[in-house]
Amino acid sequence: MTIEKRSSAFEYAPAPESRAVVDIAPSYGLFIDGEFTEAAEGRVFKTVSPSTEEVLSEVAQAGEADVERAVKAARKAFEKWSALPGAERAKYLFRIARIIQERSRELAVLETLDNGKPIKETRDADLPLVAAHFFYYAGWADKLGHAGFGANPKPLGVAGQVIPWNFPLLMLAWKIAPALATGNTVVLKPAETTPLSALFFADICRQAGLPKGVVNILPGYGDTGAALIAHPDVNKVAFTGSTAVGKEIARTVAGTRKKVTLELGGKGANIVFDDAPIDQAVEGIVTGIFFNQGQVCCAGSRLLVQESIQEELLDSLKRRLSTLRLGDPLDKNTDIGAINSAEQLARITSLVEAGEAEGAERWSPACELPSSGYWFAPTLFTNVTQAHTIARDEIFGPVLSVLTFRTPDEAVAKANNTQYGLSAGIWTEKGSRILAVAGKLRAGVIWSNTFNKFDPTSPFGGYKESGFGREGGRHGLEAYLDV
Amino acid sequence: MSDPRVDTRPDARLSVFKTYKLYVGGKFPRSESGRVYEVSDAKGKWLANAPLSSRKDARDAVVAARKAFGGWSGATAYNRGQILYRVAEMLEGRKEQFVREVADAEGLSKPKATAQVDAAIDRWVWYAGWTDKIAQVVGGGNPVAGPYFNLSSPEPTGVVVVLAPQESSFLGLVSVLAPVIATGNTAIVIASEKSPLPALSLGEVLTTSDVPGGVVNILSGRTAEIAPSLAAHQDVNAIDLAGAGADDGLAKELEIAAADNLKRVLRPQTVDNAEWFATPGIERMTAFLETKTVWHPTGSLGASGSSY
Repeated sequence: MTIEKRSSAFEYAPAPESRAVVDIAPSYGLFIDGEFTEAAEGRVFKTVSPSTEEVLSEVAQAGEADVERAVKAARKAFEKWSALPGAERAKYLFRIARIIQERSRELAVLETLDNGKPIKETRDADLPLVAAHFFYYAGWADKLGHAGFGANPKPLGVAGQVIPWNFPLLMLAWKIAPALATGNTVVLKPAETTPLSALFFADICRQAGLPKGVVNILPGYGDTGAALIAHPDVNKVAFTGSTAVGKEIARTVAGTRKKVTLELGGKGANIVFDDAPIDQAVEGIVTGIFFNQGQVCCAGSRLLVQESIQEELLDSLKRRLSTLRLGDPLDKNTDIGAINSAEQLARITSLVEAGEAEGAERWSPACELPSSGYWFAPTLFTNVTQAHTIARDEIFGPVLSVLTFRTPDEAVAKANNTQYGLSAGIWTEKGSRILAVAGKLRAGVIWSNTFNKFDPTSPFGGYKESGFGREGGRHGLEAYLDV
Repeated sequence: MSDPRVDTRPDARLSVFKTYKLYVGGKFPRSESGRVYEVSDAKGKWLANAPLSSRKDARDAVVAARKAFGGWSGATAYNRGQILYRVAEMLEGRKEQFVREVADAEGLSKPKATAQVDAAIDRWVWYAGWTDKIAQVVGGGNPVAGPYFNLSSPEPTGVVVVLAPQESSFLGLVSVLAPVIATGNTAIVIASEKSPLPALSLGEVLTTSDVPGGVVNILSGRTAEIAPSLAAHQDVNAIDLAGAGADDGLAKELEIAAADNLKRVLRPQTVDNAEWFATPGIERMTAFLETKTVWHPTGSLGASGSSY
């Protein structure tokens, strides 16, 4: 069967989600001390929809003076917020969780517009996880003495938090929920390409009646984040993003008392053994690298397939990729949305070119890309060696590098042959092999016979240069407590 | 306190001096540089010449520690516990030697030095008991909202560089070393610069306690010379800056170097000598533990087809 015939067999009528559910204002300010305010220097930047390049809104860009104001507000709010009984802090967080649930469709559409990811994902993954994260940490606020960090663990103070654009609201939830539950106040900088959901979250804080200054949102670029992290009155730094920036942050906080947690890059190995259930493994591989267009730090971007089933698996995988629907992120049937920015698209393109130049074999299904916006077709590379750039560098896009192995030992050695250590996948029907391989992989999250599953109760974070500290679960509290 | 090695009686037997050597990969080499430095007691009297480790010695120690990591981290926690307990047993038998060395090094009376050594022995016993309990205390199952088995377990970070406290030459040293290896890490210790002899002697105890070669590597010399290359070493996973405590500039410099491969850094804490006697918490173990979380579908009974 040809690709054309197959794709026509799967043609769907357009099923766009309505934009009417969200009302995006033409401009937004910074959110400091409970008020939306202009930036001191009056600077603004535009945020665009990556799928159309349409300007969605104009957002105030925080500078050093704004960082100063926000940290001051957070410091002032800390005194009362940290002294509030845990049960009261909990109720604020429960309120926030509930309001997020109420407004989840609006936020899902907003996130899809600003980020470019499919509505299927924002609706079914991002938003449910955001609400669940607040609900989970809300419950901890009055139970911290039972968390294993002593009878009466103390908050750190003001947390400076910098988050990426791949899961804007979810990363906000991962940062803000545990910080507030433990009695800290926060100044958060969303990514410059996806500031809107954080600003909508500011409105949710107001609806929830959260005291002023407990949450402050400062949209801006890297320099805003750097100023926040370097601010002497910030007690805690939490960052999710690239390993290069993570290292810079580690240098910045050296010699201070600031507590740091870093969630950085990855080059996750998805290992498929010869006895794996092929159909499920193919679904797992697709989820692993094409979820969120592969713009996921824990993506399974290296497929390690046992040599004896390579052909069968790749045939199945290619058939499956030919059925993925790329296009309008607001369409409920869309599997692959837009790449988040022109800059990220350029990075993916250049790494893919390096892959070809170094001799790996490139394949993509027949796939028409929209004429405007930032798009990249699902891509896989075969004939990849461990020395290839595309087997070593994090691409952060819908690009899978396929390597092979013969023995479990070789699979483990190849999987661990990376500076990163965030995630890995294991596909086999043999339980003892799962446990043996899982034990030897140097990675913080191991998905066996599944991939890219997340839950607020499940600690997430990396080994080696994927960063340190954990987010989620009881473990996630430690990052915000004086222990 | 009298120095037992200097006996001025005319008919006295001439004592045998000990050549203090490094402890690397289970062996006792001299510094490859051929350098030594004079170690004096608290009153300034010469005690011995200790190896003045070079950066090459430090790199050799990293190779040994990395080589030992697989076996040590893969040993059962029960096995590690028995070996740590064996260290306490061996120390108990050589207590007099350590009391003498600690007394000389820190200028303590015999009862005070004895208290230090007793506490150090007890500390090995304390951590011996932790090896097979820490995973239950800091790990566990996670009740995820879906049909998945989900378990978080602690794992050792890898090769850990330990700057031993400068003042507390033995109790302080044991207090920072034991938690690192209890959980399966391997260690490179930079001994107290001015009082390295108790640390170098500890190597002799470890090697007779079934601690596999390379699990603990002990270097003596100038902290400020050896530590920067270890802090920058790409095959070191973590660094405990305890022994940089009095030198803010050095601690900061090392933390910056450590950022290059995102080593886990335990910053120096102000610990006065008396505080080493207090029962430790678990923080010195958790500082060098990673959390690994493993998911697997639980499936459902009675459903047709695969359960994934």
